[in-house]
Amino acid sequence: MTTLAIRGGRVIDPANGIDATADVLIVDGQIAAVGPDAGKDASETVDASGLVVCPGFVDIHCHLREPGFEHKETIETGTLAAARGGFTTVCAMPNTEPPTDSAAAVEFVLHTAQTQGHVRVLPIGCVTRGRAGKELADLAELAQAGAVAFSDDGSPVVDPHLMRRALEYAAMLGTPVIEHSEDPALSAGGVMHEGWVSTRLGLSGIPAAAEEAAVARNVALARETGSPIHCAHVSTAGSVEIVRSAKARGVAVTAEVTPHHLALTHEAVMQSGREAPGGLAYDTNAKVNPPLRTPEDVEACVAGLLDGTIDCIATDHAPHASQDKVCEFDAAAMGISGLETAFAQSLSAVPLEKVIAALTVAPAAVLGLERHVVKIGTLSEGAPGDVTIIDPKAEWTVEPETFASRGKNTPLAGRTLKGKVVGTVFGGKMAWQA
Amino acid sequence: MTQEPALQIATPLDARTPWTRRHLLDLDELSRDEIETILETTDAMKEIMGREVPRVPALRGRTIVTLFYEASTRTRASFELAGKALGADVINVAAGGSSVEKGESLIDTVRTLEAIGAEVLVMRHPAAGAPYLVARHLSASVVNGGDGQHAHPTQALLDLYTMRAHIGDMRDKRVVIVGDIAHSRVVRSNIWGLAAMGAKVVVCGPPTLLPAGMRHGQQQTEEPLALPHVEVETNIDTALEGADVVMALRLQKERMHGGLIPSIREYATLYQITPERLARAKTGALVMHPGPINEGVEISPEVATSLQSVIEEQVTNGVAVRMAVLYLLARGKA
Repeated sequence: MTTLAIRGGRVIDPANGIDATADVLIVDGQIAAVGPDAGKDASETVDASGLVVCPGFVDIHCHLREPGFEHKETIETGTLAAARGGFTTVCAMPNTEPPTDSAAAVEFVLHTAQTQGHVRVLPIGCVTRGRAGKELADLAELAQAGAVAFSDDGSPVVDPHLMRRALEYAAMLGTPVIEHSEDPALSAGGVMHEGWVSTRLGLSGIPAAAEEAAVARNVALARETGSPIHCAHVSTAGSVEIVRSAKARGVAVTAEVTPHHLALTHEAVMQSGREAPGGLAYDTNAKVNPPLRTPEDVEACVAGLLDGTIDCIATDHAPHASQDKVCEFDAAAMGISGLETAFAQSLSAVPLEKVIAALTVAPAAVLGLERHVVKIGTLSEGAPGDVTIIDPKAEWTVEPETFASRGKNTPLAGRTLKGKVVGTVFGGKMAWQA
Repeated sequence: MTQEPALQIATPLDARTPWTRRHLLDLDELSRDEIETILETTDAMKEIMGREVPRVPALRGRTIVTLFYEASTRTRASFELAGKALGADVINVAAGGSSVEKGESLIDTVRTLEAIGAEVLVMRHPAAGAPYLVARHLSASVVNGGDGQHAHPTQALLDLYTMRAHIGDMRDKRVVIVGDIAHSRVVRSNIWGLAAMGAKVVVCGPPTLLPAGMRHGQQQTEEPLALPHVEVETNIDTALEGADVVMALRLQKERMHGGLIPSIREYATLYQITPERLARAKTGALVMHPGPINEGVEISPEVATSLQSVIEEQVTNGVAVRMAVLYLLARGKA
């Protein structure tokens, strides 16, 4: 019997309504007890006094790139980045090569994660075969193999009829569908948010309506079918409003927001905070889809998260190799390497207790992950021994070169953030410690 | 035996506003005085161009490379002529297709050019911001010869120079730019330059050819880093009322696709600069066009060749302005 106690920290466990100084005792990889002195007899202890202790973070949206794009990220490096960011569970999007559209592909991800991963990986399967948007993938086979959700993320399922059928079929399996909400006809050619910054920089814009039209379509389909749909990375005030009114009408729609859409605006493309020739950064590290929007959109996303319209935070961790980013803005890949900055960036916009809930019990509930991992996202007795230890006051400077992720692509380079993950326990063992 | 005349263009301006910039990427970062420095240096260059042998050795031994990722006749030739008139070695590199398609990154390409001695790199690229990327990775001077839909500073400078030659002080002068505002790098650079000189800029075109944030009757952003405010008109007759300068832009024929305009014919009906419309402008208002012209589309042939038209003069001034820019950037290089 191995026992690990994290002692004397401020334990925040939103699922159980706990916010108190206590020990967390893990026995044989599972949470055994939370309480004062619960860990006094443990064989191994971690002193967490002055620190915050919470359930391991759950990211329901990240890109681990393996198989196919190992120069950007591997399951090994991506899960180490996750551990450094406080995540003990990550859901891997299926836009790999080959895409995760077969049982074999799901099994590859699970097997690789088991042998090389630092934290738990739950694969997401494709909605359509080859992510081509033409016909449904073998959804039951994917679910059987261990896919926890379906998504063609990176691309939307453009054909609304096919999406309708996907929702109906997936509901039979009890497996949620995650949609990257984007109308490609409206976003075509766009490389950043359409607004005064794109006008000044002469870059083609992606209007807010490209996302909102798709979110509205998804809401209509969810209502029509009675099947749940989860909107990935909402980024505009209009999207938040559509989801809010849909929820009020009882439609089974959920939504996530990324840390960067909670904290950054389209101005990040123009000004990186570092000296730039001509004063214009054209910062490809701020090129992301959906794009960084206006301050009003950021405000609406924060308000939506606080009032429950947006269910949770998800990173959309999208690592890229340097050659994908050190190039012309139009040619640069979209995406931000976000696992290692997610917590602190979220904390810059939202109170600590809310950040923790939005990174633990809330995302687990959105995808119904307790069907796969009992009591995930909680510190309930019998939950997995996944714990994140945080110093909420520590200030640190983002140095991408020190990332565990192969993707050094962050617009936060050189910035000082407050709130640091100092230890991550996965299955009762330290997966990473500062 | 007469000696080659020394270049008398170490001008008094240098004392007033010393030129310290390494690159010319756009006019947005230039002060009014800096723009004046370029324009007054251009005067000196015009004088050289009028000589029997229009050449001076001011940049002898300097190497200028033009790197064009888009087809261009006048801009590239204008820079080449400008460099040669100042005695520099000018190498022209035409890069077909995008650097990405060729499998060679833009940064690799320009580093190679620098390694073989380029001291000033004049570049045109279809991607907005490409010269900024290059400037970050190069110690050579970079001149933006047009980047995507973003900027074309030497075009705006030659426009300013031409306006100044005919009008003088541009303060409170009404400059009306008509056409595809949304996709025009010429417009963006002109807005910065004209704003710096105190002119009043009016842009005119159908809403589908106006960029985000420029809509008729719509509040423009108060963001300090946004493009300067302009007057936006969709009605050309209103726009031209009392104009000192009328600038028509080339309509790219492919704009018909994607619903930007119904047809070239309808565009011409609504926005062509005709003698009747021009009559609404001030008497003797200048007619300008960055070229090449689609006669009978954005401008009628009578207007393009009228006495008010300074379109050919713009081209001539383009060489002098580029001489001034190359001289200011390259003269200090050892």
